[in-house]
Amino acid sequence: MSESVDAEASVLDRLRGRLEGPNTYGNSLPFWAVFAVVIAGLALYPQLVGVYTVIQTSRYFALAFLALSLSFIWGYAGILSFGQVAFFGVAAYTFGIIGLNFSSATEIMAALVGAILVGTVAAAIVGYFMFYGGVRDTYVTIMTLVIALVLNTFMAQTAGSEWAVGVAQLGGFNGMDIPSLTLGIGQSGFVLERAALYYALLAALVVTYLGLRVLVNSSFGLTMVAIREDEARTRTFGYDVPFVKLVVFTIGGALAAVGGVFYGSWGNYIDPTVFGIAFAALPVVWVSVGGRESLVGALGATVLIERMRTELSSGIGPIGSEWALVIVGGLLLGVILFMPAGVVPTADDLIARLRDRRTERGQSTNTPEEAIE
Amino acid sequence: MIEVAATPLQLSAPSLGALLFQFLNSFGFIILATVGLAIIFGMMGVINLAHGEFILIGVYGTALTYHAGVPLPLAMVAGVVVTTIFGVIVERTVVRHLYDRLLDSMVATWGLALVISQLLLIVFGSSLDSISTPMGSVSYGPFSSSIYRSIFLPIVAVAVLGGLYVLFTRTEFGVKARATIKDPETARAMGVDTDRMYVSTFAIGSALAGLTGALYAPALGSITPNRGSTFLVEAFVAVVVGGPSVIIGTLSASAVLSVFNATGSFFFGTFIGQMLLLLVAIVALRLLPDGITGYVKDWQQRRRAEQ
Repeated sequence: MSESVDAEASVLDRLRGRLEGPNTYGNSLPFWAVFAVVIAGLALYPQLVGVYTVIQTSRYFALAFLALSLSFIWGYAGILSFGQVAFFGVAAYTFGIIGLNFSSATEIMAALVGAILVGTVAAAIVGYFMFYGGVRDTYVTIMTLVIALVLNTFMAQTAGSEWAVGVAQLGGFNGMDIPSLTLGIGQSGFVLERAALYYALLAALVVTYLGLRVLVNSSFGLTMVAIREDEARTRTFGYDVPFVKLVVFTIGGALAAVGGVFYGSWGNYIDPTVFGIAFAALPVVWVSVGGRESLVGALGATVLIERMRTELSSGIGPIGSEWALVIVGGLLLGVILFMPAGVVPTADDLIARLRDRRTERGQSTNTPEEAIE
Repeated sequence: MIEVAATPLQLSAPSLGALLFQFLNSFGFIILATVGLAIIFGMMGVINLAHGEFILIGVYGTALTYHAGVPLPLAMVAGVVVTTIFGVIVERTVVRHLYDRLLDSMVATWGLALVISQLLLIVFGSSLDSISTPMGSVSYGPFSSSIYRSIFLPIVAVAVLGGLYVLFTRTEFGVKARATIKDPETARAMGVDTDRMYVSTFAIGSALAGLTGALYAPALGSITPNRGSTFLVEAFVAVVVGGPSVIIGTLSASAVLSVFNATGSFFFGTFIGQMLLLLVAIVALRLLPDGITGYVKDWQQRRRAEQ
C-alpha cells in the first residue's frame, strides 16, 4: 500500500522535475495548485456563461497559439519574428483550400494535418533561408515582417475568379470560406463548434503549454537560452547554432500553424488582413506585455488583451471601439519603457524579493537564540 | 504615376522614356522614404518603426495648413516643422531610454506607430481632401508623366543626400555627431555634449521624414491614416539592402530596388512591381546579410589584406 503511494509520488515528482527548471516561471506547488484551479475554472466556464462568450473565448485560445509560438522563439532563443502571422495565415488558407475541395470528415482531418504541415514546412524554408544565410537580429525581424507583407499584398489581389484552387476561391480582400473542424471517419463526423471547439482548444492549449515547458527545461532548452544570451560563445562550445535556430523556428511555425487552423475554422473565414501590419503587431504586444520569457504570461496576456479588445468593440462609456488600438499601442509602449521584462517576470521578481525580505526578518529574530547557543 | 494609353508595349522611344520616368519616380520615392529612417538607424542604431507615421505627420501637417488657405510651399514648411517638434518630443520621452536596446526600440516604436495612426484616424477622420499635384505633366507618344513626381522629386531626393553628405563630413556638427555615434565616452571626454547630439540627430531624421511627408502630400492622392505603412515598407527594405553606410547605402539600394520596381510595374502592373521589390529584398538579404555597402566594405578590406 505505502509502496504504491511512494511510487505514485515519485512518478509525480519525476513529472514535476521535467516540467520545472530555470527556464520557466511557476516552479512551486502553489503555482501548480493555482494552475489546476484555473484549468478547472476554464473547464466549467462554458456552463456558467452564454454561448457568445464561449465562442469569443475560443477565439482567444486560438490566438494564444500564436503567442506561445512567439514567446518560444523570441523569449527563449532571442529570435524576434514579426511574421509569425505568416505561418498562421498560410495554415488557415491551406486548411480552407483542402477542406473545401474534399468535404468528408476524414478528409477534413487530413486537411488539418496538411495545413499544419504546410505551415511548418514554410517556417522551415524561411528559417533555412535566414539562419544558414547569416541573417541576424533585427534583419530577421525585418525579413519576417516583409514576408508577411508580401503575402498580404499577394493575397489581397486574388479577388478574380482565376485565383482558385479546385473549388476554393481565394477571394482577395473578400476573404475565403473555411469549413469547420470535424473529427470522424468517412462521411459522418463530429463537428467541432461552440463548446466542443472550446474544449478541444483548451485541451490542445494545455497539452502544448506543458509540452513546451518540458522542452524549454530540457537540454535543448538550455541550448536555446545559451544562444539567446551569447550566440558567439555558444558556437565556440561546438553547438550548431544555425541548426538549433532552424529547429526552434520550425517548431514556432508549427505552433502558429496550429493556431491558424483553429482560427480559420473558428470563424469559417479567413482574409488577407491576417498578414497585415496591424494583425502582425498583436502577437508582439501580447508577448511583450505578458513577459516574453514566460509562456504562461504570454497566454494570460493574449486572453486578457483580446478580451479587452472585444469589450471595447462595442464601446465602454465615452470610449468607443476606435480607442482599442490606441490603448493596445500605448500598453506596448508603456510596458517596454517601464516594465521591459513584462508583467509575469516582474511580478515573479517582486514575489521573490518579498519572500527574501521575510526570510531575512525571520533570520534576524533567530540570531539572538543562536547567540545564546 | 504613368498613364498608359495604349496596351501594346514595344520598345520604342516613347516607351523607353516612360520606363525611365517610372524609374525616376520610384527612385525618388524610395530615397525620400528611406533617408530619415537610414539616418536614425545608421547613426543611432535605433530602428524607428513609427517612421511611416512620422512621414504621415508631415503629410497631415502640410495638408491641414494648405486646406486652411496657406500657399503650398509654406504649408510644406509647416509640415516639416511639426514633424521635427514631434520627433524631439518622442526622442526625449521614449527613444532616449532605448539606445542600447535595439529589439526593444523596434517594439516600442511599433506601439507608437499604432497609437499615432489610430489617433490620426480618430481626430481627422478616415481621409483628408487630396491636394492636386503641381507642375502638370509631359506627354510623349501615348504616355504622360507627372513632372513633379518623375523629375522634381528625384532631383530633390538626390539634393537631400548631397546636403546630408556635406553636413556629416564637412561641418563641425557632423564630425561631433559621428564621433558621438562611434565612441560616446571619448566624445564626452573631448567636450562633446553627446546628449544634445542624440537629440539633434533624431531631430534631423524626423525633419527628413517630415520633408518626405510634405513633398508627397500633393502626390499621394487620397490622404488616409494608414498610408504610413506604404512608406515604411519601402524604407525598411532599402535600409536593409543598403547596409550600414547611410548615404551611399540609401543611394545604391534605391537605385537597385527602383530598377526592379519600375520594370515590374511598367510591364506587368504596380502589383508585380511591388512584389518584385519585396522579393529582391529577401534575396538580397540572403546573399548580402550586411547590405550592399557592408559587402563593398568587406571586399575592400579583403583586397587590402591581400596586398
